[in-house]
Amino acid sequence: MTPPPAADRVTLGELYRGFFTAGARGFGGAMPWARRMLVEERRWLTPREFTDILGLCNFLPGPNIVNVSIVVGARFGGPRGAVVAFVGLLTLPFAVVLALAALYTRYGHMPGIDAVLRGVGAAAGGLVFATGIKMAETLPRTALAAGFLVLAFVAIALLRWPLIPVLFTLAPLSVLAAWPRRP
Amino acid sequence: MSPLGTLAARFMMLSLVAVGGVQSILPEVHRVVVEMHQWVTDAEFTQMFVIARAAPGPNMLLVTLVGWHVAGLPGALVATAAVCAPSCALSYFAAGVWQRFRGAPWRRAVEAGLAPITVGLVLATGWLVMGGAPGGWVAYTITGLTTAVVLFTRINPVWLFVLAGGLGLLGLV
Repeated sequence: MTPPPAADRVTLGELYRGFFTAGARGFGGAMPWARRMLVEERRWLTPREFTDILGLCNFLPGPNIVNVSIVVGARFGGPRGAVVAFVGLLTLPFAVVLALAALYTRYGHMPGIDAVLRGVGAAAGGLVFATGIKMAETLPRTALAAGFLVLAFVAIALLRWPLIPVLFTLAPLSVLAAWPRRP
Repeated sequence: MSPLGTLAARFMMLSLVAVGGVQSILPEVHRVVVEMHQWVTDAEFTQMFVIARAAPGPNMLLVTLVGWHVAGLPGALVATAAVCAPSCALSYFAAGVWQRFRGAPWRRAVEAGLAPITVGLVLATGWLVMGGAPGGWVAYTITGLTTAVVLFTRINPVWLFVLAGGLGLLGLV
C-alpha cells in the first residue's frame, strides 16, 4: 500500500503541531487522538500503516504513544523529526500536569476533579472503542485474525491478566500462524 | 550522588523494562520512590497518580511529578527525560531496522500476526478506560454515544469530552 501523497512533505513544524494537538487533546489517553491526527486529519499514514506501527510500539518499552511519536517523527524527519514529534507530544501535558500539581499543593484538593474525570472517562472509553473498531476494519477477514483479537481482548479486559505475559505468549503464536507457507 | 543524579539513574534503568508503559513498572516506581529513597510518601504517590491521570497525555507524567517534588522544575525535566530517553533511543533504532526490512516476507508475517492482537489490546483499553469509571446508565450512554459519533459522523470528539466532563462536574455521571 503506498502512503497517501500528503506524506511526501511533512516539515518539522508540521510534525510538532500534529503531535502537539494529539497530546493536548489526549485526556484519557493520547493514542486515539494520534490515530485521528495521523490517519484521518493529516493523512500522513494509511490505516494499515498506523496499526503496524502501533503493533511494533506495543513491544518496545515506554508508553506506546511516545514510541509512535518517535517512529513517525523518525520516518518523516530523521533524528530531528523524532525529537520534534516527541517534544510536541509532551509539551502541553507536561505543563498541565505541573500546573495541576501546583494547584493541588496550594489548595490541598482539586474540587470536582474526580467528578469531571468520571464523565471524561466514559467519553474516552467510547473514543478508544471506536478507534479499535476502525482499526479492526483493516484486518483480514479470517477466523485466525478474529480468534487472536478475541483472545487478546478477553485476556486483558475480562480476565485482567498482566500485559507482558499475554503479549509475549499470543504474539509468537499469531506470527507463527501468519508465517508464509512454503509452496 | 545528588538527588537529581540518583533520580536520573533510577528512572533510566526503569525505562528499558517498561513494556506496556508506566503501568507495568508502577510497583517498581513505588518501591524506588516511596520505600527505597522516601522521596514522596505513600499518600503523595497516590495523589500524583491521580493528577497524572487527570492531565492529558501518557500516565508516565507521574514520574514528572516525582521529579518536580524532589527538585522543582529541573527535577521534573530530568525525571521525564530519564524515563523517556532509553526507551525512545531503542524505538528510534527499532524504527530504522523495521524500515530496512520493508517488503521482507518475515516482516509482513510479523505485522500480519501482530495486527489482530494490537486491535484486541486497543478494544481492551477501551473497556478498561470505561471500567475505570463504573457508572450507571448515564456513563454507558456517554460511552455508546461517543463510540457512535466517532464512527459515523465527522464531529470532533473533543466536544463530547467537554460535554461529558460537564455532566460529571454536575454530578450526573
